[in-house]
Amino acid sequence: MGVYMLEVVVENKSAAKDPEGETIMRELMHRNGFETVRKVRTGKYLRIEVEAENKEKAREIVFKMCNDLRIFNPVIHVCSIREADV
Amino acid sequence: MVKVAVLQFPGSNCDLDTLYVLRNVIKLDAELVWHREFKANVYDAVVLPGGFSYGDALRAGVIAAYSPAMKHVKEMAREGKPVLGICNGFQILVEAGILPGALVRNDTLTFICKWVYLRLENNKTVFTWKGKVGQVLAMPIAHNEGKYFNDEKGLKELYENEQVVFRYSNINGEVTPEANPNGSLDNIAGICNVERNVLGLMPHPERAAEVILSPYRTKDGLLIFEAMAEFLRGKGVATSRWS
Repeated sequence: MGVYMLEVVVENKSAAKDPEGETIMRELMHRNGFETVRKVRTGKYLRIEVEAENKEKAREIVFKMCNDLRIFNPVIHVCSIREADV
Repeated sequence: MVKVAVLQFPGSNCDLDTLYVLRNVIKLDAELVWHREFKANVYDAVVLPGGFSYGDALRAGVIAAYSPAMKHVKEMAREGKPVLGICNGFQILVEAGILPGALVRNDTLTFICKWVYLRLENNKTVFTWKGKVGQVLAMPIAHNEGKYFNDEKGLKELYENEQVVFRYSNINGEVTPEANPNGSLDNIAGICNVERNVLGLMPHPERAAEVILSPYRTKDGLLIFEAMAEFLRGKGVATSRWS
């Protein structure tokens, strides 16, 4: 058994508006000299350390958990899982 | 006549309460000023009211902190004019770097709306010179991100420079963990800058400025506004009192 770190990012589907991201882009970035910023999407970030036999197994556990526990809402969110260094 | 600005951002919502206290209770010449129209040289003091500027996007206060109006607020702070930040106004002052530290989410992870007691720790500021150290004031809090935080070095500097102005306490003025509503470091509820003309606090003095508003029939919040008003009118105090 080893300990593996996975990063889970939950954000709105691209079809859904993200008013917070728009506000950050328009009122903070564009207004303060960063007009070249084209898009900002906010989200939730979870860094999860999990014990598992191997990398693949760890990913499987986190994938199942994200679905079973509704870490994201499939109606409105997309959820991505990626491996990170512990 | 001295003129006080109540600075409005999109999402400010304690602006009218604050204006009411300044105009009707303290009898100061005060006006609401939209952030895009705000100019430092027109006003003798500025109050940043509570609310949810820019919907708290990214972090409470951060977007307002980068608005051009804050350059004017910084200039006023530098000139020694009174600058008061209440609740979201405190968060904006902290995000703008005018006051040190950070205001983060309450330990309870809930929005807290209740009356608390504050112990006055420093009466050598523009806003508290009329009070006594150890005096207990009742005021309401209403915030989600009101937990004051600073690192060890920052906290040490706050005490060395006498910048801690209010701490959450019980009715007897004892600063206890039970009296800490949100997990603030050292029960800190309000701080000032080194020069003591800028005060930021999470509690709402404007909601505690008349007896009719208080469950205890108190008007402790008035102390802050009265001290500022008398300072502005040049009555009874000289800056040497706290410099």
